[in-house]
Amino acid sequence: MRQDYLEIRGLRVAFDGFVAVDGVDLTVLQGDLRFLIGPNGAGKTTLVDAITGLAPATGSAKFDGIQLLGKKEHQIARAGVGRTFQTASVFEQLTVLQNLDIAAGAQRSRRSLLRARRAVPPSVELAMETTGLTPLRDRLAGELAHGQKQWLEIGMLLVQNATVLLLDEPVAGMSADEREQTGELLRRVRRDHVVVVVEHDMEFLRAYADWVTVLAAGKVLAEGTYATVQADPRVQEIYLGPGYADPTTAEAH
Amino acid sequence: MTTANRWRGRAGVLGGYAMALALLFGVAPLVLTDFRLRLLAQFLCVAMVAVGIGLAWGSGGMLTLGQGLFFGLGAYIMAIYLQLSDAGPGGRPAFMVTGSGVPWWWELFRSPVAAVLGIVAVPGLLALLLGLGVFRRRVKGAYFAILSQASAAAFALLLISQRSTIGGSNGLSSFRSFFGFALRDPVNRRMLYFIAAGVLVAMVAIVHQLRRSRYGELLTAVRDGEERVRFLGYDPALVKVLAYGVAAVFAAIGGALFVPIVGIISPNNVGVVPSIGFLIGVALGGRATLLGPVLGSLAVSYAGSTLSENFESVWIYLQGLLFILVVAFLPAGVGSLPGVIRRWASARSGPRGPDTAQVPEGPPMVDDPGPAAGAAVVRTGGV
Repeated sequence: MRQDYLEIRGLRVAFDGFVAVDGVDLTVLQGDLRFLIGPNGAGKTTLVDAITGLAPATGSAKFDGIQLLGKKEHQIARAGVGRTFQTASVFEQLTVLQNLDIAAGAQRSRRSLLRARRAVPPSVELAMETTGLTPLRDRLAGELAHGQKQWLEIGMLLVQNATVLLLDEPVAGMSADEREQTGELLRRVRRDHVVVVVEHDMEFLRAYADWVTVLAAGKVLAEGTYATVQADPRVQEIYLGPGYADPTTAEAH
Repeated sequence: MTTANRWRGRAGVLGGYAMALALLFGVAPLVLTDFRLRLLAQFLCVAMVAVGIGLAWGSGGMLTLGQGLFFGLGAYIMAIYLQLSDAGPGGRPAFMVTGSGVPWWWELFRSPVAAVLGIVAVPGLLALLLGLGVFRRRVKGAYFAILSQASAAAFALLLISQRSTIGGSNGLSSFRSFFGFALRDPVNRRMLYFIAAGVLVAMVAIVHQLRRSRYGELLTAVRDGEERVRFLGYDPALVKVLAYGVAAVFAAIGGALFVPIVGIISPNNVGVVPSIGFLIGVALGGRATLLGPVLGSLAVSYAGSTLSENFESVWIYLQGLLFILVVAFLPAGVGSLPGVIRRWASARSGPRGPDTAQVPEGPPMVDDPGPAAGAAVVRTGGV
């Protein structure tokens, strides 16, 4: 089986002299659930923005051999890179089915767009199964619970035929139950996708991350499994502040 | 949806269209005097603009405050053709007192085929260029509205400045024939009414199909989340420009039919004030519904003509007041009144159950999530 991967080299984003992302190298393979963490302002969302065409960047971000930097947002999406946003941005006036159908349709011919939908595309059917939204297919997306909206977003990425899924804080504001279901959902989709999750929630991270990349001040600070990253004194320092670097002193307090 | 339901829905739609045709082609010509029928034909032309606005603004979130531009283009091209055909082969219209010959852009529309093509193609291409330029630069919301209004204002000023070539502020008038049919003949006037009625029904049918198509869903998605649509791999500019172009062509056809029916076109019919006038009926009737724009526009035209027959100055104030009231209290139009009352009543009677969970409200007017009721109207499709 061919393995897809996202390869980022020397990526740099600067706004008016402020360097938000400073020479990041990152390789994410298909099948691993990669978490991107870091304190506020570390450049996590900016990195995702740069890959998806929202923020101008220099360096290289390649997927499937295609250079993504410099392309327009919709071209990057068509190249197989999809993303979600911190605030769920589903189309609230449309039903779950309509949302997914639109996400599945970017490659449709112009003529078929002018006709009404006669049957539910199989990919949409499958995405509703995967995300557990089948019973809600005719509900307006605006009426869904917060967690369901995020799952719909992920479902939209699946039918969009995105191979790279960039998820920006998918479990923010979710209940414990919803978090668990989201984690299971991510485990199901990682098998045939390159999944990058930007997350703050350490519990969630511990439970589901295969591999963690820590960003700080626009640079990659550490990389590894949750355990190695957690044990890294530099990571402890940025998260807990100086003085906590040594676990023995931390315990003494 | 079950098959039985779908068939019932389809029968409802066909029944609706049949009723509309019966009213427009049967009842109206029977009960109305020639004068009133002509007035109705004029209202139908204005309603054509409203149908287009309903698509662009209601479904697409583009507040087209300057449809006078396209209405005027269609109207003036028709007027130029009618003037030239009245003047006979090689002739020139009577109002051009100085000089000889006619401007080259008059000559373009001397043949009836070129005139009809021009009425559709000129505003269509202009909307395509304007739309792509504006939407590619991601101009939207109030900025788009101001831009489109300014274009209508500029067009009206241009017309006023061209006294010798296009009649200036007097406009073009006194047409004698319409594609060879004498306009004085009441039978031909009646024919004009039938043409307007048929064209309007066809336009409603086109918008109906666009709304229920996947394109219509996509247009609504662009209205509510343009950025999101972009990340799904679509170019929202292309989605919007189609709706904008259709609205422009509908406005131009309305303008073109307005000319022989009313008998005059002047900058007063194309500037900022008439452009806003086109919008009021759409807002009143419910911009995000299929029939709201047509019915709202017809109601406003009727109220306007009845009231201004009696108290001329009152109407303009009333029109403004109506617009403010609708925008402030019924942003989804009069059609949403029952829903608003129900919500108000249930809010008073106690906490809401999960079934009545509300769709979050967006900013008013532009890029506003339209009423949820809009979708229901399409599905049942009563006319």
